[in-house]
Amino acid sequence: MATLIQHTEVPPASAAIDRRGLSDEQLLDLYRTMLRIRRFEERVKELFLEARLYGSVHLYIGEEAVATGACAALQPGDVISSTHRGHGHCIAKGLELGPMMAELMGKATGYNHGKGGSMHIADLDKGMLGANGIVAAGIPISAGAALGFWIRGEPRVALCFFGDGGANHGAFHEGINFAAVYKLPVVFICENNQYAQYQSVQQDLPIEHVADRAAAYGIPGVIVDGSDVLAVYAAAKQAVERARRGEGPTLIEAKTYRFEGHFLGDPEPYRTKEEVAQARASKDPITRFAAVLQQLGVATAERLEQLDEESRAEVERAVEFAESSPEPGPDLLLTDIFTGADADGRSLPRAG
Amino acid sequence: MPVVTYSQALNMALREEMRRDERVFCIGEDIKDSTYGVTRGLYDEFGPKRVIGTPISETAIAGAALGAAAVGMRPVAEFMYMTFMMCAMDQLVNQAAKMKYMFGGKAVLPIVYRTMTGAGRGNAAQHTQSLEAWFAHVPGMKVVMPATPYDAKGLLKTAIRDDNPVVFVENKVLYATAKEEVPEDDYTIPFGQAAIRRRGKDVTIIGLQRMVEVALEAAHLLAGDGIDAEVIDPRTLVPLDIDTIASSVKKTHRVVVVHEAHERVGFGAEVVAQVVAHAFDYLDAPPLRVANPNVPTPFNRTLEELSIPSAQQVVQAVRTLLT
Repeated sequence: MATLIQHTEVPPASAAIDRRGLSDEQLLDLYRTMLRIRRFEERVKELFLEARLYGSVHLYIGEEAVATGACAALQPGDVISSTHRGHGHCIAKGLELGPMMAELMGKATGYNHGKGGSMHIADLDKGMLGANGIVAAGIPISAGAALGFWIRGEPRVALCFFGDGGANHGAFHEGINFAAVYKLPVVFICENNQYAQYQSVQQDLPIEHVADRAAAYGIPGVIVDGSDVLAVYAAAKQAVERARRGEGPTLIEAKTYRFEGHFLGDPEPYRTKEEVAQARASKDPITRFAAVLQQLGVATAERLEQLDEESRAEVERAVEFAESSPEPGPDLLLTDIFTGADADGRSLPRAG
Repeated sequence: MPVVTYSQALNMALREEMRRDERVFCIGEDIKDSTYGVTRGLYDEFGPKRVIGTPISETAIAGAALGAAAVGMRPVAEFMYMTFMMCAMDQLVNQAAKMKYMFGGKAVLPIVYRTMTGAGRGNAAQHTQSLEAWFAHVPGMKVVMPATPYDAKGLLKTAIRDDNPVVFVENKVLYATAKEEVPEDDYTIPFGQAAIRRRGKDVTIIGLQRMVEVALEAAHLLAGDGIDAEVIDPRTLVPLDIDTIASSVKKTHRVVVVHEAHERVGFGAEVVAQVVAHAFDYLDAPPLRVANPNVPTPFNRTLEELSIPSAQQVVQAVRTLLT
């Protein structure tokens, strides 16, 4: 049986750059999105250390190319599911920084009115089916969204982000197997950032690549350099188009690296400072893409600096919006447990 | 009006709702051929996109139903036994039940999670559990337990039209044994309205699902002794019609709750707590529970029978209250 695994090679730096059919503006959009994620999260980290926001916060810094490249391959109407490390997915899917920051601060103007926090940001109207505090839980859920599209015959696709830790969860097997059996329009993207909380991927996986598991479901498995936004975009685009054509799921493994700890406050006993410094120096997706844009003549260093300033300013506006927003009133404690019913499930009179 | 079984009544509800609303679809294991007949014939009428047979993957079933609901479908997912729901608890409890609240109210998730309980047929410990209290404990889940074919149809239709996750608990013994006239017309039964199955003045017996039959049998036996029992079927646990229950207890001054689930931390404990809160001054005796004696269901027929509440046990409990 022919292998279904495609290992895309990382091209040498000297090779001609394939812009993957993207216009200058589209390329700059990729850069802008990655920057917005980076600056948003750097600010979140500062605010957390200043105790201006609290709770469980997991940073995506270093992995921006995965969410950015993958979401760029989607059409309006497509949906994503996310993880506990979801800020990047939210921003790449088009959520706004103000209500996101407000949610991280538990404010009434947050996407979830302060009832979810960092791990549960969602905006169903924008096709963002939720960050998720449970590892791998988005896999069956995204398969279900794809099932809905498939039943209705709609040309829509679900894209599911999960981590290398999620690849060892039972939901991974059940969700992907079910999606593969029905050839559902869903793309599974494993963000292999090398660590499942404290455990390195080498300790958790008896094989080298998560993508190799695709063969078990008879679907394509693709390995891509997760710090190369154009490579991620190309792999996701191929998988999304395949799904939209009705040919079923793809499992993409993006090899990436988590520059920050598992959560804010993580003492990181499981890796050396040298390892992290090495990754920051060689695998930063934003630095790498800045070089690509200049090499292609798409933008000058000054233009890129200007985009950075715009991102920082936007993040500051988000912080101001969030900090000046009201706290949710105590009445919100008992609302929205059910649709149309009180906390005990008793039907409420219909509005109007 | 045709006389139909509990299982056939459920089938009527599914068929009617699938005809009425093309967003309604069924998903689960072996639902095309349908072991107990509830989904029988639906595949032939509605085809492979409305009746989705799955691998033996309860997590996938629960999650797929949730994801489909999140994009506007109205899934009816089947877990062949309530025990099998334990394999899908993350999707049910951590995901489906919490999503609306966590998301600040924006998710509308009309999902029916159908399942089946019931000891009495030699299925031993892993195919008989009544774990309804587990789901009633979780905010964001409604829990329904029909006792009759008429209610099975009307409550399932209400569940399908409800905009929330509903755990709909059927009973294996009732599937074939419970028969009555069921209208072919469209009708629904609102959640949160208990049914008074027998009126009486001396004691209130509250039975869940198949235990309604046991409570009625006990009431019949008690009537021979001149004791007039009122029998209440709550029909839905979440929401619970505590008003009907409390009114009855205020009249009878005594209450016994009967369920197949284990006694310890079973739903009876909740009913008793609410009765005490609502009608403490009216009680002439401590509220009692008759339930599974906190054991897994044994296989041996005699032992199994001993583990299921009987009319005799209910009669005994009532006599305790009256002496």
